[in-house]
Amino acid sequence: MDITEYIQLVFTDYTLRTITLGTAILGAVTGMLGSFAVLRKQSLLGDAISHAALPGIAIAFLITGAKNSNVLLLGALISGLVGTFWIRGIIKRTHLKSDTALGLILSLFFGFGMLLLTFIQKQPNANQAGLDKYLFGQAATLVESDVWLMVIVTGACLIVLLLFWKEFKILLFDADYTKTLGFNTKFIDILITTFIVLAIVLGLQTVGVVLMSAMLLAPAAAARQWTNSLGIMVFLAAIFGAFSGVFGTAISASQNNLSTGPVIVIIAGVFVLISFIFSPSRGLLFKQIRFIKNRRDLQLHKTLAFMYHIAETHDDISHPHTIKILNNFQGFTKGTLQKLVDKHYVTLHGSDWSLTKEGFKTASNLYNQQSENNE
Amino acid sequence: MKNNIAVKVDDLTVAYNYKPVLWDIDLEIPEGVLMAIVGPNGAGKSTLIKSILGILKPIAGSVSIYGKSYEKQRALVAYVPQKGSVDWDFPTTALDVVMMGTYGSLGWIKRPGQKEKKMALEALEKVGMLSFKNRQISQLSGGQQQRIFLARALVQDASIYFMDEPFQGVDATTEIAIINILKELRKANKTVIVVHHDLQTVPEYFDWVTFLNVKKIATGPVKDIFNDDNLTKTYGINYKVSIQE
Repeated sequence: MDITEYIQLVFTDYTLRTITLGTAILGAVTGMLGSFAVLRKQSLLGDAISHAALPGIAIAFLITGAKNSNVLLLGALISGLVGTFWIRGIIKRTHLKSDTALGLILSLFFGFGMLLLTFIQKQPNANQAGLDKYLFGQAATLVESDVWLMVIVTGACLIVLLLFWKEFKILLFDADYTKTLGFNTKFIDILITTFIVLAIVLGLQTVGVVLMSAMLLAPAAAARQWTNSLGIMVFLAAIFGAFSGVFGTAISASQNNLSTGPVIVIIAGVFVLISFIFSPSRGLLFKQIRFIKNRRDLQLHKTLAFMYHIAETHDDISHPHTIKILNNFQGFTKGTLQKLVDKHYVTLHGSDWSLTKEGFKTASNLYNQQSENNE
Repeated sequence: MKNNIAVKVDDLTVAYNYKPVLWDIDLEIPEGVLMAIVGPNGAGKSTLIKSILGILKPIAGSVSIYGKSYEKQRALVAYVPQKGSVDWDFPTTALDVVMMGTYGSLGWIKRPGQKEKKMALEALEKVGMLSFKNRQISQLSGGQQQRIFLARALVQDASIYFMDEPFQGVDATTEIAIINILKELRKANKTVIVVHHDLQTVPEYFDWVTFLNVKKIATGPVKDIFNDDNLTKTYGINYKVSIQE
């Protein structure tokens, strides 16, 4: 199936439509919540939570003996929350730093989860096949009820975001100050964290335990490059996340059924890469261009300033001088002289140059500005 | 005139992991003073402010603001944290940060409106930052960021201001601008408590001082207690001030 065939199928094929919608909504909600995780410098929290969810899935299966995705996700939610609160507890009660606590819980829970998974695989229960899909996710297993669950959680998340927008913003920026204003910072914190855990758990089926944190971080990291407003950042992250979901599903479905989760994550990574390079204010490309342009301007200004000092001593500012006196001056080249002519700052007459009125004015502005800055 | 006690601290003790940071602090701060808290690094200056404001939990002791518990008197108190305590690359503007000063009186869920915006703009003007209102906060200089923090506290229109090193890393112009605002607050009978590092400027800027080094060494009017004896007790070295010269 090629990509045009796929686009036709999205509108006609029920399964494909469900999967595309599911990954799009998932990308949007994780992108939104991921912005908060990134700004709180809790990027690794998502990774720890998703790994911590694995034993919950295994235990839920062991208890029920069935592969009902809602039950398994409930198990994931509980063990994800337990992992999160253990991390917070460790940070609060011991000398350990948050990266240590995160790494510790992540590997302990994941190790325990893998142990249970291998144990389950040795069981005679035929149902067990496919439980390991939660490691890397399989979007193809999404059904309509899964998508509805995502819609409900996303809706609830949106309502909470709109209601508590100002509380979230101030807590993210300055937690201590928020406390002095009388807000219950613990409540706000738990609210954000709970939604992050919910979004991660919802994504496990599609993207899997191992790669889930990228869904949280990549759209947010990309969005941060384009804006200096929190609202726009959250919105952009949702858009980037949703498109990662849609493109990822499209590519994986049209290319011989490549595993969806990794493809979605790679697409999200492409968004990050493009944003890092091409963002106008923070991107590497424009930074380099600005740097080169500044250096050129500076060369030009140095030559102009030198000319200004000579012209200053004459009554007629446009009194011609020989080009030769510029030769010993650093920053002067034929090129810079030509550029000054192009800008109508300087006119040339044979081997002489003279400053125009405009050039004199520009130079005197530059010079005065400089001495003001030095004060 | 200075009979009202704005802030009263009783037997306050704070410890990080069993190590006492503040030991049995008793402190009375009269209304309308401009007070410096001085002491060496690790003396617990910031900790004292944070404990009074309920950011840190003391293991013993109590704090009262005009005779009532801090929780009840929150609206009377404004806080200017250390500039370095937040991430200035946060995606927001100067005006937006100053507007945060109104969040406390707004309470939960309610959004700031025109009235709050006007208050924030006025505060920005007071600190001379009005023309920077739409500037992204990472593009402000250190001194400008400090002024933004000050404006955010001014918006709260409190009676008591706690400031954690407001002069740290600011240039002379900003320092003068800030101290002028603090002196204006004092003129309006507000109480201003400042964690301060530059001993040279204490007599010039402040009328009240507290010496702190885990324990409270001394507290009172600058002209009475700001002397070599207390400085030596606080800093542990034989301190000779030549401040008045």
